[in-house]
Amino acid sequence: MQHYDQARFYEDESPAYEPLLSEKFQRTVEVEDSPLPEELTRDELELPGPTEPEFSRHYVRLSQQNYGVETGPYPLGSCTMKYNPPFTEDAAAVPDGLVHPDRSPGSVQGNLELMYELQEYLAEIGGMDSVTLQPPAGAAGEFTGIRIAAAYHEANGESHRSEVVVPDTAHGTNPASAAMAGYDVVEIPSGEDGRVELDALEAAVGDETAAFMLTNPNTLGLFERDIEAIADIVHEAGGLVYYDGANLNALLGRGRPGDMGYDIMHFNLHKTFATPHGGGGPGAGPVGVTEDLAKFLPTPQVEQSGDSYELVEPELSIGKVHGFQGNWLVLVKALAYIARLGEEGLCDTSAKAVLNANYLAEQIDIDIPYEPFHHEFVASAGDIDAADMAKRMLDFGVHPPTTKWPEIVSEALMTEPTEAESKHSLDRLAAAFNRAAEADDEELHEAPNRTTARRIDQADAARNTRLSWQAMDEDD
Amino acid sequence: MSSGSPFAPGSDSERAEMLEAIGVDDVEELFDIPDGVRYDGEFDIDARSEPETIEHVAGMLGANDDLTEFLGRGAYDHYIPSAVDSLSTRSEFLTSYTQYQPEVAQGFLQALFEYQSILVELTGLEIANASMYDAASALGEAALLASRVRETSGDTLLIPEYVREERVSVLENYVAGQDLSIERIAMEDGTVDVEGLEADIDEGSLMVYAESPTTRGTIEERLAEIGEIAADHDAMFAVGSDPIALSLLEAPGDLGADVVIGDASVLGMPNAWGMGLGMFATKKSYLRQVPGRLVGIGEDADGKRAYTLTLQTREQHIRREKATSNICTNQAWVALRTAMHAAWLGPDGLLDLAESMVELPIELADRLDEITGIRAPIHDRHHFREFVAHTDQPAPAIAEDLEAEGFAVHAVDEHELQICVTETNEHAADELVAALEAVI
Repeated sequence: MQHYDQARFYEDESPAYEPLLSEKFQRTVEVEDSPLPEELTRDELELPGPTEPEFSRHYVRLSQQNYGVETGPYPLGSCTMKYNPPFTEDAAAVPDGLVHPDRSPGSVQGNLELMYELQEYLAEIGGMDSVTLQPPAGAAGEFTGIRIAAAYHEANGESHRSEVVVPDTAHGTNPASAAMAGYDVVEIPSGEDGRVELDALEAAVGDETAAFMLTNPNTLGLFERDIEAIADIVHEAGGLVYYDGANLNALLGRGRPGDMGYDIMHFNLHKTFATPHGGGGPGAGPVGVTEDLAKFLPTPQVEQSGDSYELVEPELSIGKVHGFQGNWLVLVKALAYIARLGEEGLCDTSAKAVLNANYLAEQIDIDIPYEPFHHEFVASAGDIDAADMAKRMLDFGVHPPTTKWPEIVSEALMTEPTEAESKHSLDRLAAAFNRAAEADDEELHEAPNRTTARRIDQADAARNTRLSWQAMDEDD
Repeated sequence: MSSGSPFAPGSDSERAEMLEAIGVDDVEELFDIPDGVRYDGEFDIDARSEPETIEHVAGMLGANDDLTEFLGRGAYDHYIPSAVDSLSTRSEFLTSYTQYQPEVAQGFLQALFEYQSILVELTGLEIANASMYDAASALGEAALLASRVRETSGDTLLIPEYVREERVSVLENYVAGQDLSIERIAMEDGTVDVEGLEADIDEGSLMVYAESPTTRGTIEERLAEIGEIAADHDAMFAVGSDPIALSLLEAPGDLGADVVIGDASVLGMPNAWGMGLGMFATKKSYLRQVPGRLVGIGEDADGKRAYTLTLQTREQHIRREKATSNICTNQAWVALRTAMHAAWLGPDGLLDLAESMVELPIELADRLDEITGIRAPIHDRHHFREFVAHTDQPAPAIAEDLEAEGFAVHAVDEHELQICVTETNEHAADELVAALEAVI
């Protein structure tokens, strides 16, 4: 981050931050002689209006204050911050594909073919029978999947099923999606080995169970070895088994959720299939289902009919989960990535992702309570506050792992290096871990020192909430 | 062709060194997957070189017909400045994730803070979040917000007849688990039948929704009255709009709106098969019930200004089943582009664009009205970007014939076409008029 300070005009008293657009360029324009009657229009509009050169410098400066995958290692656990190859941007920018969503199916055969091909690729990779591309993010995929489960139970005359079961290590989106779909969430504690305990599951499921949601490998990176027995227990109780695809990067070509007894799954195209995370989104969360559930998928589905493709409404569709077809550009990028890698590239991806996590773990001198892990592991910072340790790691020019979660590991450092790091890069990342772990209290509390902003007082920002430049003018 | 992934560095000897450090002979030993569920097949997916991949994608997409689109109804095409493309695709923005470590994410946080601020000005409300997926999901979240903050109120959502069915279907999914029901409000000449609403609304109403501009391109002139009717029955008032229209229209927050939703990607994104950006703005009194991420301003250890995600205790990664929403990954990059586009245009550029979106549809409608067999616009209202025309002949057949002539328009009813015109297709208006004359 040092390059940032060196690259700009600097005075002792000058602030570290880039002034807001509003502080440099705010202008007020009166609304006069508009083609609408005055009573329908605003009186004035007050917004920034930089010239283009000023505008460009503003955003370049902001970009220089931001850490991305091309800046350095980004080992956020369960986020799969892998390299995003730029050719996928070119594929998404092909002008022929940038069409309006209400075009007649006959006039957009190219888009439909691409969607069909991606549906087929994902079905094969996940071992599922049918896939919808509509959910615009992983959590939207979970919500879609749970709505499908609800429709399935309703069709079977079992609408009374009111519970969704999750392990205590589940991603927060799992219980949140189930609750949003109207279900009561039943959380079961993990066993001593960090996996689902069959007795606990057996006790939790029953006549009220609509679904059990389970990531595999789970958030500790452990493969749920009892997955077949788990699926049997849930199915016997009449529930469905849902696969959270956040950790699919560990399994490509080694295991398919559809073969393990899962009924419904989502894919995170922005994780496993390398589409850029964009500072928080857009992503895409396609959902795959078994044959029995295909009739409940969102509408429309793309189907092949002879040489052409058509949009079809599944028989008992749950309806729409996105206003149109989902995040199209993300779908194109993921299709391009899969088509580039092919079978061998996809399998190598998981091999290298798992190799990298295990190698990194070997190089760091920090306790990792649960093994054998796959593409990610959860280390424990022990006596050190995991958040402090993360801030200290920032000073070594790397992005730290996800901190303080999952809670079954104290002071958790949930680490997923992905396949994109070289051995050299992993060595550097390990050194950052080890040096941060050796830091004394003062160094930990002072950190970070070499970033654009130093430690930010989050509690104060939450107490004195200001969410816009307009609010900054209010009294502090 | 390499047998591995080009994006997974490491020569064979380097990988061997890593395996040795771990203490295994083969990477497959690291996969702790029981034989019963171990996949022993191969994907039927061929690898391609980079140029072959681009050719594969471009080859498929090339099968699309090259039509000039006069399509709208919730998805709109505007000119995207080159600077927005080049700056938003800088990899520090594009390849970053959610700002969990704000000290190394000040740039994106500031851009999102600026996006929130721009929406505050445009909507006239006090707070905006850092994005939802699209207008439909933002409407769903508005309904869920209403059910949280109006606990003493009813359970019926009043949705105008003109709203897109797809948007209503998404809303149905969002509220299906919360025992809320949807009732449609009748339309009177392309806008809400305000008298009908007043007669129908009762204490069972939880939320009233209206759009301006509407899906049919009309401007809802009686928003304030609709808002008063909602308030009189303790119902939340949600307004659907977009940032270009809001540059000119009176801010909904000044007309009684409690929430403003819509697709903000009309700024920042070209037509992309419906990929959007859910705008979500509301009152500060609902702060702790807002869905999605919020960027706030604060100070770092040196007392300098700094930005951070704030009030995260509302969110799923902390609150789990008690979170205000399940949303995690959002549309942050699109929000960045929207803020960029707004700043590039500036207030005068935005206002000019909005004013031309009032003028263009009427100019085109007047020309269509001169064609025998077409009456346009059918609604005696002000319009924005688009309008509905009556056709004596069946509209679907006309739309089909127009497609053969190279134009895409909506057939929205047996005798209704809907036509959308912006600065990106205005140049082809003469040809559209000529084609319509030819096919009728």
